[in-house]
Amino acid sequence: MNEPRIVIVGAGPAGVRAAEVLAAAGLRPVLVDENQRAGGQIYRQPPAGFVRSAKQLYGFESSKADALHRTFNKLRSHIDYLPETLVWNCAGRQLDLLGHGRYQSLPYSLPYSHLILCTGAIDRVLPFPGWLLPGVYTLGAAQVALKAQGCVIGSRIVLVGSGPLLYLLAYQYAKAGASIAAVLDTSSFSGKLRATFDLLKQPLTLAKGLYFFAWLRCHGVKVVEGVEKIAVSGEQKVKAISWHQNGREQTLECDAVASGFGLRSETQLADLAGCAFEFSQLNQQWLPQRDLAGRSSVKGVYLAGDGGGIAGADAAELAGKRAALALLEDLGKTIDLREGRRLDRALQRMQGFRRGLERAFPAPVAWARECADEEIICRCEEISAGELRRAVNHAGTLEMNRLKALTRVGMGRCQGRVCSAAAAEILACSAGKSLAEIGRLRGQPPIKPFPVAVGVALSPARETS
Amino acid sequence: MSERLTADVAIIGGGLMGCSAALALRRMNLSVVLLEQGWCGAQASGVNYGGVRRQGRPVVQLPLSQRAYAIWQRLPQLIGSDCEYTVSGHLKLARSEAELASLEDYRGQADGFGLQLEILGRAALRQRYPWLGGKVAGGSLCPGDGHANPRLVAAAFALAARNHGADLREGTIVESAVFDGRQFTVCAAGGLEVKAKFLLNCAGAWGAKFAEQFGEQVPEYPIFPNMWVTEPMPKLVEPNVGIVGGGFYVRQVARGNFVLGGGRGTGQLAIASTRPDSAAMFASMRMACEFIPALRNALVIRSWTGVEGALPDHQPVLGPSVTTPGLFHAFGFSGAGFQLAPAVGEVLADLVAHGATATPIEAFSIGRFSAAS
Repeated sequence: MNEPRIVIVGAGPAGVRAAEVLAAAGLRPVLVDENQRAGGQIYRQPPAGFVRSAKQLYGFESSKADALHRTFNKLRSHIDYLPETLVWNCAGRQLDLLGHGRYQSLPYSLPYSHLILCTGAIDRVLPFPGWLLPGVYTLGAAQVALKAQGCVIGSRIVLVGSGPLLYLLAYQYAKAGASIAAVLDTSSFSGKLRATFDLLKQPLTLAKGLYFFAWLRCHGVKVVEGVEKIAVSGEQKVKAISWHQNGREQTLECDAVASGFGLRSETQLADLAGCAFEFSQLNQQWLPQRDLAGRSSVKGVYLAGDGGGIAGADAAELAGKRAALALLEDLGKTIDLREGRRLDRALQRMQGFRRGLERAFPAPVAWARECADEEIICRCEEISAGELRRAVNHAGTLEMNRLKALTRVGMGRCQGRVCSAAAAEILACSAGKSLAEIGRLRGQPPIKPFPVAVGVALSPARETS
Repeated sequence: MSERLTADVAIIGGGLMGCSAALALRRMNLSVVLLEQGWCGAQASGVNYGGVRRQGRPVVQLPLSQRAYAIWQRLPQLIGSDCEYTVSGHLKLARSEAELASLEDYRGQADGFGLQLEILGRAALRQRYPWLGGKVAGGSLCPGDGHANPRLVAAAFALAARNHGADLREGTIVESAVFDGRQFTVCAAGGLEVKAKFLLNCAGAWGAKFAEQFGEQVPEYPIFPNMWVTEPMPKLVEPNVGIVGGGFYVRQVARGNFVLGGGRGTGQLAIASTRPDSAAMFASMRMACEFIPALRNALVIRSWTGVEGALPDHQPVLGPSVTTPGLFHAFGFSGAGFQLAPAVGEVLADLVAHGATATPIEAFSIGRFSAAS
């Protein structure tokens, strides 16, 4: 039998732990990652030479971050590591790569026998008036600025949206010395209370969330719950934000806004790898099918971490290990079955907590109904909510790919990574269908823009006749 | 669940051919049921390059192509949308004197069909198109040719046909079609049965499969043209551009994106099984950048392919069945059906209503295959 060629995509918690298990079994996986340094988004490392400590960067999670980075450093000589490398296509059991800088010379395609996709997540973006003004960021981007560069996004910052990242980021920003003018939570206190039973399944995590909340209150940060009708105003950049609470409008001056409404799995590579998808009620998203261990519907392709369904960093570490164990088992190696079962149980417990989070921080249900016709949904192609609704009402569009074909939504630089969640909500709401019924955008390569000049360089010169 | 329908005409396939036929038939007041396995216009009709070109077609196609050209001019009146149809001109480049001679030769052959071809030498070409690079010997411009948005055209024909009273059934897979000597019975998955006096086989890459059910063998095979599109760029290239011998074709749309094609992707005859091919994309990138150097600075944001039915002589099958009265075929357009489609719909409606059409289509007879075997 040929040597397995194992490729892991993504060097976050899931990818690093998967690599660790495989290396311990004497295999040498290739670990491909877009970032300069390992750690993923949550344990992102600043460029070498930056001086903020792990404690400053990761707070409560600093020991986990340290542990993951240490594991990775020990692994380096036992794996083939390709940082700053984008996997932009997956076809015929090979990955097409785009390297940067000193990795430019790497071969552009990488065949695999086994593939572990640890592709992580991206903010769920729901447009609101003013969301395209300079100075409006996603929560994730605002966090990247802090972790990678030690920057904050403004001098008077409002954080808005839903989900645990809202409070975590507020805490991290405030601790770093940023001025937080307000934290506006679109979920309600009562919703969080109803979710307590599920959230108690991870009491430590729940305690941390409550701590952030209390800490912010104690330090005089304005926290408003049950916020509706967010609107950012300004001419060339953000000047103020307004919202409704209990039917009353309020306005606050600010120069930067970060917003986010939960996270969405990055599933493009799984799609191109041919994985079957199913609609996840919990995630409100079409996700690649997988068994508890992370096996997809395609033999030899595995999913771990937030890229296969949002469960957070702790779950990602466990899922990375679990997928690697499944891979070893599929290779016919003897694995520690007890360890496998332990991981399965832990991952199941975390799913319970995750249900609680969804109940505590639901995506705003009325959003699609209230979104104004003139609101731009797809910023790459400048497609408004009204144009999407017209495609439903006039042309009878009932499916996401038809909506894309007729309106161009999701056809621009982001290929739907940013806009498809909002577009799907508008389509479902206008058509009176569920998100499951309208289907999902079919992925096409490249999953991120690819320079024509590189394609030219990779093409053999034309023979002269 | 079972449902029985009766119509004057049943159409298999909701691509551009089937949808334009449905509209033309409804305009003649004939009742129509159209059966489409997926969504109307989602296969080759919706994902092709979008060239609306007469130049370069075999001369036997030019009367049909000219008829289509006239219909393209009045799309808004016909289907309520111009579908981004742009008369940009079509420029075919020649790299050598021999290639240029072939363009001049073609101009002679096409004389009298109204294409108004203009041959441009190296200097004239460079002066008129300063963005041109590479070793160009000359070119031929067809000023009335252009391009349109394929994602919109079939959908607009489908919507217009529906608004005119055609019964379009999407997501309806035809399982069998038979003729009892008097009428056709078409059975689809889910228990739908359609009885009709006439049957149109507009099934594209699946056309030969249905022809075979009526004892007609056609050596149709699928092709998967490879396409890609850049991010929006400053306006630079006006005409739809191709090159002698193929290799690449490119058009810049109003929004600024360059849409390019060249080479082949991969796939099967199953819906959604097609995949673009990286190596084919790179090869067409190299060639396109040789002639439009500014493209080197672009980012490609998407690549794709789709399935089209092709025939060995690159001519479609269009016209009456040789085995079954009332059956008409229109498939196997070999990657060049987009421009022709509006006329194909009218020709099919002529054949149904009058048993004949004024447009010469003898060269496309399905009989050419049975005669050869």
